[in-house]
Amino acid sequence: MSADPTQTLAFDTSCHLFDGCGFPAPGLHSFLFKPLFGDADSNLYFNKTMLLALLGSIIIVGFFWAAFAKPKVVPGKLQMIAETGYDFVRRGVVYETIGKKEGEKYVPFVVSLFFFVWMMNLWSIIPVAQFPVTAIISYPAVLAGLVYITWVALTFKRQGFVGFFKNVTGYDKSLGGVLPLSMTIEFFSNLIVRPFTHAVRLFANMFAGHTLLLLFTIASWYMLNGIGIAYSGVSFVMVLVMTAFELFIQAVQAYVFVLLTCSYIQGALAEHH
Amino acid sequence: MSPLVQLAAEEAENPLIPPIPELVIGLIAFVIVFGFLAKKLLPNINKVLEQRREAIEGGIEKAEAAQTEAQSVLEQYKAQLSEARHEAARLRQEAQEQGAALIAEMRAEGQRQREEIVAAGHAQIEADRKSAAQALRQDVGHLATDLAGKLVGESLEDHARQSRVIDRFLDELEEKAEAAR
Repeated sequence: MSADPTQTLAFDTSCHLFDGCGFPAPGLHSFLFKPLFGDADSNLYFNKTMLLALLGSIIIVGFFWAAFAKPKVVPGKLQMIAETGYDFVRRGVVYETIGKKEGEKYVPFVVSLFFFVWMMNLWSIIPVAQFPVTAIISYPAVLAGLVYITWVALTFKRQGFVGFFKNVTGYDKSLGGVLPLSMTIEFFSNLIVRPFTHAVRLFANMFAGHTLLLLFTIASWYMLNGIGIAYSGVSFVMVLVMTAFELFIQAVQAYVFVLLTCSYIQGALAEHH
Repeated sequence: MSPLVQLAAEEAENPLIPPIPELVIGLIAFVIVFGFLAKKLLPNINKVLEQRREAIEGGIEKAEAAQTEAQSVLEQYKAQLSEARHEAARLRQEAQEQGAALIAEMRAEGQRQREEIVAAGHAQIEADRKSAAQALRQDVGHLATDLAGKLVGESLEDHARQSRVIDRFLDELEEKAEAAR
């Protein structure tokens, strides 16, 4: 299949089994969108993922606005739900990793990250949208970049220049002869690989999840012809199963993303690495 | 398609190369969320959570304060009660002592008065006896002389006469005693 950046649907719907055309397998082209407006060749365009990203932001802000704009000491239902989510991130993630005293400052950042990532992941199974925004590397990259900048700045601020170097390279005299090797590895691992893995972990999970969902969805449609209908049914059941699974993975990935964020911040605050 | 354009197209297909516009929009989208949450909504809810915590802890503190106060009042009350009991016991003791002293005093006074009365009675009786003895002696003298005169004046012939004289004498004696009273 050739990549078609101008696609409007995820696959060719006219093609069925025994029609003489091949299986329109999902691929990289499934993650490219024709701009809603603007030009795909220039850097001035607006496409579906951007729309979903901004819409997602508005949904998050709208939800928390409805819940927290006029909060009450005795909460209503919506406020209770929002408080539960907020408390989960604050207590379950930030306080658990960084501690209450040091962590309080980073709660808004981590809470925003969690709900942002989760919402962007959730788009994957929301009808009509049905695309995880985080499956486009730019979005996880921005978030991982922000976390990276926060971490580097905080380490410098807390540890000073030498301390930063020691922190990043995992300097430990007791290592003796292997110290230069371990320091080199640690340096690359922490300063160069870490932001990359942080972003790619989220991206790849959502990318793979979306591909799987697409695969079974396309297969259900493609095999809807003749004897293939029976297999189509099996494939459709898999669509449902994978949707449920994705719902779980979306939350888990959002959790993992903020948990790693907190562990990086905690590492920057720690006296000894 | 020139090789350069083709290369650019291939690059765009690499899913790990982040497209710049998406980066910008992603940043904007996150900043919107972060701005609203960090500047307005989370401080809002934190304030309320703090209020709730204070309300709960305040209630507990109030209850504790009330309990402490009740305890201290109870202690005070108990102390006062025991003090009052001691005071009452002391007063009772005092009253008993005073009563005993009073009774003893009264008894002594009564004794003294009785003795006085008895002494006065004795003196009176003694005086009466003396005067009676005095009077009796005179009377007996008179009687003796009278009787002697009568005995001499009349003969003592028979027994009957004799006894009549004695009876008469005794009658007279009685009459005199009655007249003297």
